[in-house]
Amino acid sequence: MIPLWMYLVVSAALFSIGTFGVLSRKNGVAVLMGIELMLNAVNINLVAFWRYRSPLDVDGVVFTAFVLVIAAAEAAVGLAIIITLYRNRHSVTPEEAATLKG
Amino acid sequence: MVDLNILPWLVPIAPFSAFAIISLITLLLWFVRTGVLGQEENTIPATDHHYGGHHPDYNGMRVPYQPDWFRVFAIVVGLSGIVAALLMSWTLVFSALNEFGAGHFGELHEETAGEVHEEEHSDDAFFTFAEGSIYGSRVDWMDMGDTPLTVGVMVDPLNITLLFMVPLAMLCIFVYSIGYMAHDPRQAKFFALISLFAAAMFTLTVSDNVLTMFVGWEVMGLCSYSLIGFWYEKKSAYKAAIKAFTVTRVADVVMLIGIVYLYAVAGTLNFREILYNPEVIEMIGATPAIILGGWGISAASLIGIFLITGTIGKAAQFPLHVWLPDAMEGPTPVSAMIHAAAMVSAGVYAVIRMYPLFSGLLGDPHGGILTSPLMLMAIIGSFTALFAATMGVVQRDVKAVLAYSTISQLGFMVAALGIGAYIAAAFHLITHAFFKALLFMASGSVIHAMEHGEHHVHEHNAHGHDDHHHDEQEAVDVSEEHGEHGDHHADDHEAHPHFDPQDMFNMGGLRKNIPVTYYTFLAGGLSLAGFPLITAGFWSKDEILAESWNGLLNGHGAHALVFVMLALAAFLTAFYTMRQIGLTFMGDHRTEEAEHAGLGGAGDIISQTMQAPLIVLAFFALFAGFIGVPTDFPIFGAIFSPEHNYFHHLVVYALPYLERNGHEIFHVDAPPFRMIPVLTSFVVALGGLWVGYLLYWRKPLEKGQEDPIIGILGKPIYNTLLNRYYLDDLYDMIFVRPSQWVSKKIIVLVDKGFIDGVLHATAAIFTWIGDFIKVMNAWLIDGVGDGIPKGIWNFGGTLRKSQTGRIQQYLLIVLIAILVIGIFFAVISGAVFAQ
Repeated sequence: MIPLWMYLVVSAALFSIGTFGVLSRKNGVAVLMGIELMLNAVNINLVAFWRYRSPLDVDGVVFTAFVLVIAAAEAAVGLAIIITLYRNRHSVTPEEAATLKG
Repeated sequence: MVDLNILPWLVPIAPFSAFAIISLITLLLWFVRTGVLGQEENTIPATDHHYGGHHPDYNGMRVPYQPDWFRVFAIVVGLSGIVAALLMSWTLVFSALNEFGAGHFGELHEETAGEVHEEEHSDDAFFTFAEGSIYGSRVDWMDMGDTPLTVGVMVDPLNITLLFMVPLAMLCIFVYSIGYMAHDPRQAKFFALISLFAAAMFTLTVSDNVLTMFVGWEVMGLCSYSLIGFWYEKKSAYKAAIKAFTVTRVADVVMLIGIVYLYAVAGTLNFREILYNPEVIEMIGATPAIILGGWGISAASLIGIFLITGTIGKAAQFPLHVWLPDAMEGPTPVSAMIHAAAMVSAGVYAVIRMYPLFSGLLGDPHGGILTSPLMLMAIIGSFTALFAATMGVVQRDVKAVLAYSTISQLGFMVAALGIGAYIAAAFHLITHAFFKALLFMASGSVIHAMEHGEHHVHEHNAHGHDDHHHDEQEAVDVSEEHGEHGDHHADDHEAHPHFDPQDMFNMGGLRKNIPVTYYTFLAGGLSLAGFPLITAGFWSKDEILAESWNGLLNGHGAHALVFVMLALAAFLTAFYTMRQIGLTFMGDHRTEEAEHAGLGGAGDIISQTMQAPLIVLAFFALFAGFIGVPTDFPIFGAIFSPEHNYFHHLVVYALPYLERNGHEIFHVDAPPFRMIPVLTSFVVALGGLWVGYLLYWRKPLEKGQEDPIIGILGKPIYNTLLNRYYLDDLYDMIFVRPSQWVSKKIIVLVDKGFIDGVLHATAAIFTWIGDFIKVMNAWLIDGVGDGIPKGIWNFGGTLRKSQTGRIQQYLLIVLIAILVIGIFFAVISGAVFAQ
């Protein structure tokens, strides 16, 4: 059987990749994709801990379902923002939307 | 029935209320006129109507607005006040005389003499006492240390004589003022002031302690100041007012010191407690004075001298007499009030009231032992009597003659007090008040009549006759008529001598114009001269001479001095009185003004109000003397004094009964009848009158004729007398100029040098402090105030650089923060687990 740490390593790698994407991509859509990766890394973590620590409870799975829903909602809102940004500035680069610069 | 013990309180309050009402309504009128009706000023231009004659300077001036109804109102209120006071005073006088029986008061008194008979000091504010005084009550005024200071009123045999005379004379003066001040724009003010004056005189009369007496004394001083200076537009009037105030102030301050000293020694200011206690008098007499005590001067002597100084000032004795002649600048009713009925008498009254204090237990003037205050009074009084009489001889002003005779007659009283004849002094005080009030008011009538004549002459001249006598009125009258020529006429009048309606040499023959005034003046004048037997002045003056002769027979020097000086003074008095009557009323009119003089005929209200009081006073001036006729005087004694000399027998009980060395000190018998003093009275009075008759009546002066007295005395003496022995110039040199010089020096040194210097230095210091604070303000306060926002601004400016607006950068920082915090906690928890 595959040990738990492997799942955790995969999850951590996925999270790191997602974070890197969020912080480094110039395209707003790619940033959103990075966020999706981070959420999925969390999901892997949750499911793995559920399976290995308390398989009789359902809370790990339920929590994962919540995260999926939130991810969907987040993607919807994020894409709407990006579309609005594009309409206004003809660009989807987060760096250029720096109106709040001090 | 009113409680007669309380009634004396109300006597001064009645005229005081009149004063208060008139003053308040005047104020109210002013508010209404300036506030409600919106008038800018409460004055109106003086018209010819305001020319009352007394005050030529009203022409072209603005005078207070005074509606006619208010003039009448003020007169009614003032008269009501004085009538109320008169009724209450006379109620007291006649109840007192009735209750104890005139002349029998003494017997009852002697039974109670010596025993202190005071009712218990009840919870009520008032408590009555009947020891020596007939009516009286007292009230605690304020707590001073252990003993409360009580003030009170009393009516005793001495002040019932004043309570009879003062309101009567005052009422006459009030009535007279209706006519005399009829055209004055400030008549209401005049009535307010004389009401206050009357209130003060009553306060002084009824008070039972030195303090309230002094209050009345000072209020009279104030009123005399404002009344003498009533026509303050005239420079001479306000100068006279200031002079009177200042001179009497000098005396009053000394008197106040005496009162304070008396309180310090005796512990009370109540007359009864001091004067009816032989222990207190003896104690005061035995205490050495605080100054000069080593030379044998006792506290009583020092207090006495201090108090007498007050009297010398108020009763215008040498050397403080200088204010009285100048005080003639006031309206004539004021002269009558101040110089006859009230104020000057107050000085004499105060001394009689406190006589035991001056005499002490050691002094015995009838035995020839005079204490120093008594000696002082005897010398000053007799000297003043003669001194003032000599000046009266040469005066040209009709009122000035009376002024000097007042000083002289007051000298009679003070001299009488000095030799212990306090009853004779009181008697002369009363008779003098009557005949001198009469004389002043009669001379006021004369002046009024002359001014009437003057006015007549001007109006006459203004309509075409421009031959003579341009003066102010005419100049102004003419200038009003012929506008543009006014200046020319005003200049013109400067060249001509001003017509003086008070100068007796402008009069003559007035008996035809104003007969009532003439006959009353004659009555008053004869009384002043001491015309034998039928005038009041004779009896009172005779009593003083009799007392001094009595002492002279016993070989007492002071009495001899008083006798000689007073006899000479009486001779001069008779002479100048005759001179005055002769110059004023006899012969032919010496000027056109005198020819037209008059008071407007019998039907005129001014004439009536000005002459009716004269008739009343003339009655008393002639007959008031019969209450004090010596018992053993031939014929008259049998008629008027069958039992005893009533006046003497009444007043003698004002003082305590005290026996020493086998005879009474205060309760002296009336002097026995002797021929020599009576004959002296006859000779000096008739002699003086005869000389006067020879010079001024038998051959009345013609127009332009020189005063025959100049020929008799010689020009130098005449001028010396006319210039008042140059005493005013001397005072001017000694006191006025040095004080002005000192004032000027003080202005330079103290005011400009010191006070201004201090002020300027203070100003400089504060300016410097201000500058310093200004710098501090700019530097510290502004620095802090501006620094804080500037720092915040700078901090914000620094901080804003972190706000890049790049969301990924923020997130990176968040990530780093999380990592740092996570590592931190991991290390800590690792350390915890490691344990």
